[in-house]
Amino acid sequence: MYSEKVMDHFNNPRNVGEIENPSGVGTVGNAKCGDIMRMYLDIDDNGIIKEAKFKTFGCGAAVATSSMATELVKGKTVEEALKVTNKAVMEALDGLPPIKVHCSLLAEEAIHAALWDYAEKHGITIEGLEKPVNDIGEKEEAPEEDY
Amino acid sequence: MSDTDKIIYLDNAATTQVYPEVLEAMTPFFTEYYGNPSSIYTFAGKASEAVNKARGILAQGINARADEIYFTGGGSESDNWALKATAEAYQDKGKHIITTKIEHHAILHTCEYLEKKGFEVTYLDVDEYGTVKPDELKKAIRPDTILISVMTANNEIGTIQPIAEIGAIAKVHGILFHTDAVQAFGHIPIDVEAMHIDMLSASGHKLNGPKGVGLMYIRKGVKIRSFIHGGAQERQRRAGTHNVPGIVGFGKAAELAFADMDKRIAYETKLRDHLIERVLNEIPYARLNGEREKRLPNNANFCFRFIEGESMLILLDQQKICASSGSACTSGSLDPSHVLLAIGLPHEIAHGSLRITLSEKTTKEEIDFTVDRLKEIIERLRGMSPLYEDFVKHQN
Repeated sequence: MYSEKVMDHFNNPRNVGEIENPSGVGTVGNAKCGDIMRMYLDIDDNGIIKEAKFKTFGCGAAVATSSMATELVKGKTVEEALKVTNKAVMEALDGLPPIKVHCSLLAEEAIHAALWDYAEKHGITIEGLEKPVNDIGEKEEAPEEDY
Repeated sequence: MSDTDKIIYLDNAATTQVYPEVLEAMTPFFTEYYGNPSSIYTFAGKASEAVNKARGILAQGINARADEIYFTGGGSESDNWALKATAEAYQDKGKHIITTKIEHHAILHTCEYLEKKGFEVTYLDVDEYGTVKPDELKKAIRPDTILISVMTANNEIGTIQPIAEIGAIAKVHGILFHTDAVQAFGHIPIDVEAMHIDMLSASGHKLNGPKGVGLMYIRKGVKIRSFIHGGAQERQRRAGTHNVPGIVGFGKAAELAFADMDKRIAYETKLRDHLIERVLNEIPYARLNGEREKRLPNNANFCFRFIEGESMLILLDQQKICASSGSACTSGSLDPSHVLLAIGLPHEIAHGSLRITLSEKTTKEEIDFTVDRLKEIIERLRGMSPLYEDFVKHQN
């Protein structure tokens, strides 16, 4: 059901862990649907993401999208990181099963949450960054069941 | 050695291996005696005889009469039949049905369908061990109650329900009692007389028989009609050419299961208890779901805090261990198992569930190997869990 890339990032997740005194940290998730992601960013004075780490409670896709998201933002500027969309995460993983697309949305939101925390701590405004939604699941609607 | 020789199959509640003796009994009815048992000529007689022999074995196993057994396409069909046909036949008497919150979806979704058709359904709560309380049942009974449907044993957490007590209550109130015995049939003793069961659903593939065949026991005198309309098979109550090989296989599997049930129960219970003891002793923040004693001999169901079930299953699969979970990701919806929620578990704990269902062929070595791997897997997943991180920080 998962692509080889997803399995690779699940089995060998990149950047698992914490950053002490991070520039920004954000936790997003939905206990109901069973995915919680926390992303830590270390951002230097030039606004470049030096390091990204994550911790995730969730399924195979949740772990893989978190792992890929940290890979995609590392080395980028804050502005560039903001452009890492869920689509980019999915494409980098060679796709996700339809029911797991929300995991990639959560990964995008985790980046935003960490950047939001960074912006707040440093009293700056990042253009285009909106206050992250903690609970991605609320955006989705459960499919109607047919009888 | 084929690939399947190396797997450790611990998902016997999902389905079971067809035993070689069962397949052997079935084979001639594909190739040699392939006649339609409803045909008149002598050639079809073998098939007809075999169907009746199977019917007799299956009936005897639950202390029913052969003419009270109706073959169906499986457990879900039997459940649908029992509920929809009872509702239809008895709607003049009333439109109220009582069931429980922990039934299989074949019951729950059928009840939801009936609700849309104007029936009222009471879904009984269960206690923290997943047991239905007979007193709660008594309170739910109304003058217009026409059916009580309570499963014999739960498919996820294995809890065995007080079926005899429930049956007695139904009888006193003159209400029909159906039980979904898909997980229990051939695994634990069932007596439709002693337990006052009016209808019972069972399935072939849960007891080392083939898939695609099930049965419904309908007590003589219960006036429910056909669900599948067509030919006159099954005394005009279930149309469709008999699945002769399937029925023969179901009968053979039941014959084997009923013959050594005591031995099987003793073996599986011992192995299951060894598994439960090791997991609870050696893995921190683990809990057993379901009743400790009154549970299916082959079922163990755990929750491991701070981790999610699907991740656990993938990592177990990489060790060639087959198990299942009630997490949302494995249920195909956003919610974790309705059974785990019904016993009062919060969502994030219910997501970390693992069901292990063994068989009489499972060995102690396989269980020990599984527990050893499980310990590593859980440690690894907790290492990347933000919930565990928070928990540890709060402790310090």
